[in-house]
Amino acid sequence: MSQYSAFGLLRGAFNGQKHWQPAWRDPQPKSHYDIIIIGGGGHGLATAYYLAKVHGLKNIAVLEKGWIGGGNTGRNTTIVRSNYRLKPLHDLFEFGLKMWEHLSDELNYNVMFSPRGAMFLGHSDADMTKLAERGDAMRCDGIDADLMTRAEVAKFEPLLDMSRAARFPIDGALIQRRGGTARHDAVAWGYARAADMLGVDIIQKCEVTGFVRDGAAVVGVETTRGRIGAGRVGICVAGNSGHVAGLVGLQLPIESQTLQAMVTEGVKPMINSVIMSQSLHCYISQSDKGGVVFGGDPDNWPSYAQRGNSKVMEGAVAQGLALVPALSRLRMVRTWSGVTDMSFDGAPIIGETPVKNLYLNGGWCYGGFKATPASGWTYAHTLATGTPHALNAPFALDRFERGATIDETGSGPMPNSR
Amino acid sequence: MMQFACPHCGPRAQAEFVYERTVDSVVALDASPEDAMRTLFTRNNPRGVDDEIWRHTYGCRAWMVITRHRVTNEIRAIEAVGPESLI
Repeated sequence: MSQYSAFGLLRGAFNGQKHWQPAWRDPQPKSHYDIIIIGGGGHGLATAYYLAKVHGLKNIAVLEKGWIGGGNTGRNTTIVRSNYRLKPLHDLFEFGLKMWEHLSDELNYNVMFSPRGAMFLGHSDADMTKLAERGDAMRCDGIDADLMTRAEVAKFEPLLDMSRAARFPIDGALIQRRGGTARHDAVAWGYARAADMLGVDIIQKCEVTGFVRDGAAVVGVETTRGRIGAGRVGICVAGNSGHVAGLVGLQLPIESQTLQAMVTEGVKPMINSVIMSQSLHCYISQSDKGGVVFGGDPDNWPSYAQRGNSKVMEGAVAQGLALVPALSRLRMVRTWSGVTDMSFDGAPIIGETPVKNLYLNGGWCYGGFKATPASGWTYAHTLATGTPHALNAPFALDRFERGATIDETGSGPMPNSR
Repeated sequence: MMQFACPHCGPRAQAEFVYERTVDSVVALDASPEDAMRTLFTRNNPRGVDDEIWRHTYGCRAWMVITRHRVTNEIRAIEAVGPESLI
């Protein structure tokens, strides 16, 4: 398979673009792999890519029950940022953000990363204090964060309702200018193609139905395409982690919930940045195609149905319209839902499990997309060496029993803040 | 939106109800630390049927156990409960 380039595109123009090949192979599963990754989402594919690229492993498979880009990688709101207050979180996400900045070159695939600014609005003195505290925590670790005054916010996003009579009056904001959005499908496709070029077998329509045990250890998986042996197995199926871990008898600190998003018809540029809020749970950005993308709260009860509830959608839209009244003139053209792993402290889980040779990457709540490169990098390290990378060591599965939870919202042992 | 038949109020929109947790994740007062930890922090989380505790918060405010399929949203049973029967 050849590298993509402007020259190749130009050459294609003279032969009717007939040179295009499938971006990755469609191999039959082998009988044994050194490492099997369950789940062909962005995180699983990134893990396979870094296993091959950084750790030089050759015999790797990614098993995907559906098709590449058909799960949560294609169902999020594409926001990329690292503006978390707690150190383990912002260290991990900042490592990822630095990778996003070069990801298109790294993968030879345009992931359309657009660092347009990720802005958290503050609606009260308390909000502004919390935002300043978060910004300080980030700047102490060298991550960009700027407080914006009310006047600066008004200039930066002219369509925000800045009146004092607004439903949610705006006092200021905390902005991470290096944050932004990326094209979610392209991330999955880019990693899939790059991993495939390094010899990784990407096996679609192959659902794991059980684990093969040898005493205390996992030595393979049963799938809809037969039994496949493995040296190490990495679960990477956020949304379905509870189900897959259940196949080997593990109970996780995770509850699966539905998270919805929606998009309006395409219009000319009207939203410059990613608008979020310290008090509300609504995030608004405009895609490069012109559609305004909304997201809100999860549905707040357990569900594996990839469809959500109109009430939650209405809540997100009501908040969005209160912030940007001009959005009321747009038609909503599409809504969708993903199944998210809500962990019990709001932070992901990356590391070993009590079962030998079995590893877990999940619990991403509604914040997994932005972590894709960092998640892949650290999980690859964990799978290749059998020990966690410094960045994912705090995110071990046993942190709950050790009392070492990473609770950004301070909400306690529930699978969502309330 | 789902509709739940509240044992006290009859059929009501799901928006009136708030999910609490599953029946098997209520910590017993005499649980050992290990059991309490497991009950508090982990869930079966099946891609199928589970027994869930819901509250008719914006109605009669009573608790109930709803047996529901988490993919199809099919409701198998709704039982009124008191605090004693949960422990």
